[in-house]
Amino acid sequence: MSIESFVTWLGDTPWSVALHESQYTYTFVEAAHVLGITLFAGTIAMVDLRLLGISFRGIKVSQMNDRILPWTVAGFILMVATGLVLFYAIPVRTFHSVWFRLKLVLMLIAGVNIWIYTFHVEKNRAEWDEAPRPPPGARLAAVLSLTMWIGVIVTGRMIAYNWYDCDKPQPRFIEAFAGCRAVPGYVPE
Amino acid sequence: MSFYDFFTGLENTPLGVAIKESTWMFPAIEAVHLLALALLGGAVLLLDLRLLGIGLKAYPASTVEKGVRPWLAIAILTLIGSGVLIGFSETLKLWGKPSFWVKMAALALAIAFTYLVRNPLARRDAGGVGVKAAAVLSMALWLTVALAGRWIGFS
Repeated sequence: MSIESFVTWLGDTPWSVALHESQYTYTFVEAAHVLGITLFAGTIAMVDLRLLGISFRGIKVSQMNDRILPWTVAGFILMVATGLVLFYAIPVRTFHSVWFRLKLVLMLIAGVNIWIYTFHVEKNRAEWDEAPRPPPGARLAAVLSLTMWIGVIVTGRMIAYNWYDCDKPQPRFIEAFAGCRAVPGYVPE
Repeated sequence: MSFYDFFTGLENTPLGVAIKESTWMFPAIEAVHLLALALLGGAVLLLDLRLLGIGLKAYPASTVEKGVRPWLAIAILTLIGSGVLIGFSETLKLWGKPSFWVKMAALALAIAFTYLVRNPLARRDAGGVGVKAAAVLSMALWLTVALAGRWIGFS
């Protein structure tokens, strides 16, 4: 089963249709998604600002990690859970959204950044735990994190707009990136 | 000119018309509003969690307050700036929405409470149940502002 036929099947399931057409549920899930973003991105931004040596310079990096990151994880869980429901409500259009695809790419880069930070950069953290200004590697990780999550929030917001939807002819680049040719009824220029 | 005339006339000013007619301005302002909301969430939560004794409890509340202070101010100013621009494009519709006035009242309360009660308590490293209550009230007020905002778009 291709992803294409999977999202088509998903969109035809009764619960997906019900969510899409619901008057309140979709809005509630969206509100919870935004609260998840606030919890997640807000707390990760504070940790990144500490890693950059811009704020909380008197607080140990390990304390920011141990005391704040659990809240970031909680926000992430809420964000992903509600995000999956939002995708489930409108699967075909979202799958072919250039903004959604861009968002996934940025999330992937953010994930790799976290992986590198956790398994390489953070290894000698004891040496700079109390440093007002952590080493370049840690600061680079913080800049990447801030940039990627800002990008994720902005591209996520743009999914709601239909400028690049496959229901109308699109420029070649958009057409390829969004996979418009696979959408039944797509009319190229 | 009454306040009603002034307020509902804002959407017909060049700025209001420009935002309404542009395809990308409204989404761009919305995105800025959302980013500032996330920043606000972090800045508010870090101090409220500390006041509740479950966040950065190894440090005095005054240290945490000092760290979040610029970000809280930047977040609130950006939220108000982008919020005014969002509102500018549809002031006639906003006037008739209770959700909008609830949000404005909650916002005024949240800002007043944050700067007149909660932050001064944190700066003095005050303790006790009153401080914990202040943290809970702070989170409740900001949550009301955010949810009433969501309700504007929906009602």
